[in-house]
Amino acid sequence: MTIAVNPSQTGEPVFYVADEHPHPEGYSTSLGFWIYLMSDCLIFAMLFAAFGVLGANYAAGPAPKDLFDLDLVAVNTSMLLLSSITYGFAMLTMQQNKIAQTQMWLLITGLFGAAFIGIELTEFAHMIHEGATPQRSAFLSAFFTLVGTHGLHVSCGLIWLVTLMVQVWRFGLIEANRRRLMCLSMFWHFLDVVWIGVFTFVYLLGVLR
Amino acid sequence: MSTDTHAAGAHDHHHGEGHAHSTFSGYMLGFVLSVALTAIPFWLVMSGALPSKQITALVIMAFAVVQIVVHMIYFLHMSPKSENGWSMMALIFTIVMVVIALSGSLWVMNHLNSNMMPIHEMTGMK
Repeated sequence: MTIAVNPSQTGEPVFYVADEHPHPEGYSTSLGFWIYLMSDCLIFAMLFAAFGVLGANYAAGPAPKDLFDLDLVAVNTSMLLLSSITYGFAMLTMQQNKIAQTQMWLLITGLFGAAFIGIELTEFAHMIHEGATPQRSAFLSAFFTLVGTHGLHVSCGLIWLVTLMVQVWRFGLIEANRRRLMCLSMFWHFLDVVWIGVFTFVYLLGVLR
Repeated sequence: MSTDTHAAGAHDHHHGEGHAHSTFSGYMLGFVLSVALTAIPFWLVMSGALPSKQITALVIMAFAVVQIVVHMIYFLHMSPKSENGWSMMALIFTIVMVVIALSGSLWVMNHLNSNMMPIHEMTGMK
């Protein structure tokens, strides 16, 4: 880059980059959002580490084998996976400027996401009803923290999704809304990636142990 | 000056590229692969098809790693070229941190566990 030298009144040379070209609004958003997701990834890594260390400390309480219903977890996993592909369809229809179809796919994604949260809350309520509360053992503390944090992320994603549906309904598929939908797309698919770790390490390996 | 215009041109080209990744076939391929990579581990654990638990554990962990890569490529559209390679740099840095944190925690705490005196032996001592 060219450096321009501009002698100021004091005689000291002042250096600045002369040819910083203008960027369109939001051009760095996707990279910035990606870096946020990576920091989120570190949060989950720490929670996975805590679960890995404490996951076998049952304190003579219930073990994963007594608590987890793999059929329910499989249904839950498919809800999240289906919501991922329907969000993909929303992105594809957004690229073709079809507002009504984009909204429809976003709505379907939201319903799958809500089903996921509903099933998870039912599972939690069932466990707590059986006395498997977060206070019961180190395993259960780590379990509720990890899976609860993921569920909280999905819930925030749902709020974001509804907000964006209102935005698209009011302002259409303007550039800013496309950018927002792209960020939510990354967020949503990222949560699905975290869920792969959860169902493998928490549920499947837990039942296997 | 000529290098500047070239840089700006490359920049614009990159912008166009950033949004054009998603295709119907890409999403469908990713989805079909994910369904298979999810269903097989569940089936392995629920049916107990493999003789040993350790082999099953290793196989389902391998499936998880492959599925994460599939999601990264087909759903998150990761490629070494996106954002001029900066998103890949951030990803590699994160993976290094995650590996250090996970393996370090498990290793250290496992050693701590095996070096601690078990409770039932301690209660037997007077």
